[in-house]
Amino acid sequence: MKLKLITDKSAAGVMFSLTLLSLLLVVVIAAGLIFKSMPILEEHSLWELISSSKWKPARGEFGFLPFIVGTLWVTGIAILWTLPVALLTSIFLTENSKRWVKKAVFPILDILAGLPSVIYGVWGIVVVVPWISDWLAPMFVEFSTGYTLLTGGIVLGIMILPLMVSLFVELFSATPMEMREASLSLGATRWQTTKFVLLRKNFPGILATVILSISRAMGETIAVLMVCGNIVQIPSSPLDGGYPLPALIANNYGEMLSIPMYDSALMFAALILFVVVMVFNIVSRVILRRIENKYI
Amino acid sequence: MKAKFIEEKVMKVVMALTTVLLFFFVGSIIYTIIKEGWPAMSWSMITDLPGGGFYIGKEGGLLNAIVGSLMIVGASTVLGLLVSIPVVFYLNVYLTPKSKLGYASRLAFDVLFGVPSIVYGAFAFTIMIALGLKTSLLGGIIVITLLIIPIFIRSMDEVARTMPRDILAATFSLGATRLQSVRVLVRQILPGIATATLLSIGRAIGDAAAVMFTAGYTDAIPTSLSQPAATLPLAVFFQLSSPIPEVQSRAYAAAFILTVIVLILSIGGRLITNHFSKNRIK
Repeated sequence: MKLKLITDKSAAGVMFSLTLLSLLLVVVIAAGLIFKSMPILEEHSLWELISSSKWKPARGEFGFLPFIVGTLWVTGIAILWTLPVALLTSIFLTENSKRWVKKAVFPILDILAGLPSVIYGVWGIVVVVPWISDWLAPMFVEFSTGYTLLTGGIVLGIMILPLMVSLFVELFSATPMEMREASLSLGATRWQTTKFVLLRKNFPGILATVILSISRAMGETIAVLMVCGNIVQIPSSPLDGGYPLPALIANNYGEMLSIPMYDSALMFAALILFVVVMVFNIVSRVILRRIENKYI
Repeated sequence: MKAKFIEEKVMKVVMALTTVLLFFFVGSIIYTIIKEGWPAMSWSMITDLPGGGFYIGKEGGLLNAIVGSLMIVGASTVLGLLVSIPVVFYLNVYLTPKSKLGYASRLAFDVLFGVPSIVYGAFAFTIMIALGLKTSLLGGIIVITLLIIPIFIRSMDEVARTMPRDILAATFSLGATRLQSVRVLVRQILPGIATATLLSIGRAIGDAAAVMFTAGYTDAIPTSLSQPAATLPLAVFFQLSSPIPEVQSRAYAAAFILTVIVLILSIGGRLITNHFSKNRIK
């Protein structure tokens, strides 16, 4: 009788410390990145680093603005076109479609979510890049290689679609049926109910989902790196090439030890990503948890 | 009065179209990979190591990358499960649903889940430099383990939380300790764990950004933990940037192999959920 209590207690101890250890990872990553980016932060002010667009590592000039703007462009384009697509698809799945449509769509979402980043990159190079350089870009500019911010945005959008759709579906399925019935009984059509009840009621959840998707999109590396050109410049249109932050880290880790301060600069880039992603994640998860607790 | 019915019809068509768009994307991606990858496939691709002059279009295969990927993912899956299964049990059996620690840790795992793999890679790389380690199989295994733990925990926890608390209450009332109740919980969530494992493996095997820093790339199969290891995503990435068409076609072959592995894992995950749910009390 006593033995089983002892094993129970000691198992609790082991499990508790494993939980704590894995939680510590957040702190350790943050501390490590801050520690490694200290040298560059001591030499340049934070504002100088993120507002200057001069990027000449060999001369000690580190301006992250082109990379930050590149990240914002690619992420922005991706969210802009996926948000309506994901919203409409998930409304269709929860409000309008038959059971078999759901059964067919969920495995498709699984596959989209499971395909590796590098596969999206290959697809982007084979399909989207030629489409942009041969068809879309000639309508607006003289010449484009096809390796543009728009290409990155399109590929990135498809990568975050499954996350968005599944979060939206979860959100809409948790909305009480009575709310819809109240609206339908007053003579509203399904779409009116969707527009005035479902979307309005779920606005915080939709916002949280968008924030979460933005944070997911910002960190995507390989696929974006493969299709968006990697040119250090402040882009002026979506048909320019760009150079997002993750691509900067991935492309240059090889040389980072040969130039002074370069490793610190790259770790600072990782730190920016980490902080933004962490803040966005916490905000959206807290909102989503609150919604979940209210309904269930 | 009529406008709203027209709007209803129009929106329904638009919504159906966006849903079809999903099928179009998946179809286009898989079609592209098969169209480019299949002609480049041959037995030597999956049975041979890269020969001399492989990267200028001479003979050889991708065995180094296939084995390297399997080694890294296999080892990190085992390590990851060893850490995450106890954590999931702790969160669901030992802690009550309203526990503050439970809330905080779930939030933290959500954050870790969201941390981009490039950040994991960069972080692990600096740790390795600080410890004097070179890019190696060990580095790859460590970083993928760190990456996979939050994925494991989140997806298993989602399954475990659907378990009715009454089942636990029933075991406690029979005098079982919390540790003994875990055995009941295991029966309940086993199919969920299997699915979660397969889906997470799929994510781990496709991750390129983290192993790029830590595992390196090599033409040989690593024989010890301190040697670098090649991985499939990097085989795609590096060879695709080559100007030589033969080498590029190998990138497509590698992409094809990778896609097949991921699809098998994802379909297998689905089948397990459907097939092994017989022990569940609903």
